[in-house]
This record gives sequence, structure tokens and C-alpha cells, in this order.
Amino acid sequence: MASSREIRVKINSVKNTKKITKAMEMVAASKMRKAQERMRAARPYGAKIRAVMRRMSHAKTEYHHPLLQQREQVKNVGLIVVTSDKGLCGGLNTNVLRLALNKYKEWDQAGKKVQVCAIGGKGFGFMQRMNANIASYLTHMGDTPHMEKLLPPVTVMLENFLKGEIDELHLVSTVFVNTMKQEPVVLQLAPIVDRPDAMSKTETDEKLGIWEHHWDYIYEPDAKEILDTLLRRYVEYTVYQAVAEHMASEQSARMVAMKAASDNAGTLIDELTLVYNKTRQAAITKELSEIVGGAAAV
Amino acid sequence: MTIHVDVVSAEALLYSGTAEFVIVPGESGELGVYPRHAPLVTRLKPGSVRVKVPDQVEEELIYVNGGLVEIQPDVVTILSDTGIRGKDLDEAKALEAKRQAEEAMKNQTGAMEIAQAQIELAQAVAQLAAIHKLRKIK
Repeated sequence: MASSREIRVKINSVKNTKKITKAMEMVAASKMRKAQERMRAARPYGAKIRAVMRRMSHAKTEYHHPLLQQREQVKNVGLIVVTSDKGLCGGLNTNVLRLALNKYKEWDQAGKKVQVCAIGGKGFGFMQRMNANIASYLTHMGDTPHMEKLLPPVTVMLENFLKGEIDELHLVSTVFVNTMKQEPVVLQLAPIVDRPDAMSKTETDEKLGIWEHHWDYIYEPDAKEILDTLLRRYVEYTVYQAVAEHMASEQSARMVAMKAASDNAGTLIDELTLVYNKTRQAAITKELSEIVGGAAAV
Repeated sequence: MTIHVDVVSAEALLYSGTAEFVIVPGESGELGVYPRHAPLVTRLKPGSVRVKVPDQVEEELIYVNGGLVEIQPDVVTILSDTGIRGKDLDEAKALEAKRQAEEAMKNQTGAMEIAQAQIELAQAVAQLAAIHKLRKIK
């Protein structure tokens, strides 16, 4: 059995670890609230831009934008991977990267070339080790998603799509279900799959009665430019939303992981304390019996 | 008669409410919108959206960084950009991002390796210092 001193040192070290994990848990809990608020704040834009897209596609059906057209042959694929910069958040990044890797292998076997845009340090490091073709990346994002920082790497992928260097653009990220549950998902960004005309009608649309008669917008400067801007914004927004959602997931996952770590440290401390007391008692008993034995000998 | 106004950006909902009259900074000049306006979509330039709220003397001012506006007879939807955007600016920034990625691809010495090298360097320096000290004692 280990000496009582050794056990005491071990207990102290576990206690220190518990202090750290407890602190991280509390920090993550307070950051989580803000991150979730940010995630929710981004939603109205999504609802509005979808509504505008739907109404525009209803008003003007003859114009086809490359972002809406499925390409006949898909030879090159683009992949945007959203991960976090920091670890210690359970299996969050691992799950995203595993899904990304599976997709990557799938495309690779089908003979498609893959271009990667890595958002977040973990994904960037992983893709670099994998020797993937990284077209653009973004690391050191901090705790708030910033559209301005996100735009350049996303624009690279969008331009590559419009130039025809890639035929499909996918996004792998995390969907925030609730604090306990986050799921990795793959989403096709381009060509846009949730066809605007297939989206459900909103109350506003019903009120406007735009489905009953034919009408069209006044476009300034022209329909093509407006549609181009609108669809680009939609793709950019989708990535932004994914990042906001991933950040909320990150904080939740970290909080849960750190809570588990603190709990584990607690049980470990209890067990060690038990062992420590037992050895202490054993030593005392031994000493006593020695004294008694010695007295009897005299 | 009023018109419903929504001003949203990707990062937040900036304004939502009813108005008697709205002024938006359209790309080809300011646009005044009264209820029952004809359907219109246009791009915006950076500027302020002014909303005349019923029973309120002062106008609501919302700053937008450009974007898009969709006008329907009784709804105005403003999709504001975040930060100043421009085709040239976006392209320049994208090119810069591309160049960075290429550089990162070329020298695969990632942050990890740099951190490791730094540790090794620090160790070597400490060893040297220790040797110097030992020599002095001798």
C-alpha cells in the first residue's frame, strides 16, 4: 500500500485539478448564455432573407442564377468545416471532424477532388495534418462570431464555385439541439438546395395575397444584380449562423464536459480519502499492537 | 395608415415596428416609402434609415452598412450588411485570405511545430545558462 504521504500529495493534486475544471465550468456557463443569445439574434435575418428569396422567385421565375443551378457533372467539391479554436469541450470537434473525414473519403473514392475551407483552429490543424487542399482558413475567432472576419475565407469558396473550380459547396458544422445535445451535420451550401419556391409561406405572404395575382418588383439597378447579391448574402448568412451555433454548442459542451470532470475529481478525492484514512488507521493499529506487544514482553 | 418595418442584420434584429413613413438610403438615391408603395427591391448604400413612428415626434434612426431593401405594399424589409461591403473590397480581402492559405499549405510548420520549437529553444537557453554558471563556480 502506498504511503500516506504519497496519497496526501495525490489528493492535493486532484483537488487543484478540480478547482480548475470547476472554474472552467462556471466560465463556460456564463459564456454559454451570451453565445446562445447571439445565436438567436441571428435568426430573424435568416427568416427575412428566406421570405424575400421566396417572394422574388415567385415574382420572377425565368432568371436562373448559377447558385441555384445543379451542375450536371460534379468533379470538384468544396467543404467548409466549422470547428472551435480551443479544445476541452468533450467530443464536439471530434464529431464534426469525423463527419467531415467520412465525407472527404466518400468523395475521394468517387474520384472527386476536395477543396477545404477550415474555420476554427482545430479543423485547420486537422486538415493540415491530413494534407488536404486548404483553399482558405480562419483561426483565432474569439468568443463572438464576426461577419467581417468570416467573409474573406467564405468569399474564396463562393468565388471558386462561381468560377467553376468547384461544382458543389458543402458545410459541416454543429447543430445546437439543447445544452446537453449537439449534433454534427452536413449541409449543401451551393447550389442552394432549399429552393426558395419550396419554402413555406409566412403570415405576411398570406396577408399580401401575392399568390393570387401576377405582379413583379421594380428592380434597381436590375434583377440579375439584386438576385446575385441576395443569394450571396444567403450563403454567407448560413455560414455565419453555423458559426454562431457552433460557438453556442462549444460553450455548452465545455460546460457539460467540465461538470463531468469536476464530478469525477470529486469521486476520486472521496476514494483517495478513504484509502488515506484506512492506511492511517492501519498504521495506528500497528503501532498500538506493537506497544501492547512490547508491554506484554516486559 | 401604417406600414410594417423590419431592419435586420446577420448579427442582430435592429428594428421592428410600424411606421407612417420610412426613408431608406437606396443605391441610386434616397427613397421615401409611404404605405401602399409598389413592390420594389434595390440595394442600399451605407447610411441611416429614418422611420416615422405614429404618435411620436422624433424619428427613429437606424444606421445600416448597405444591404438590400424589399418593399411590399405594407411591409418594408431591410437586410442590412454587417460592416462596409464592396465588390472590390470583398475581392481584395478574399485574395488575401487565399494567399494566406497558400502560404500555410507551403510551409506546413503549423503553430504546433512552432510552439514545440520554442520550447526546445527555451530548454537549450536554460542549459547554456546552467553550463555558464557551473563554469563560473569552477
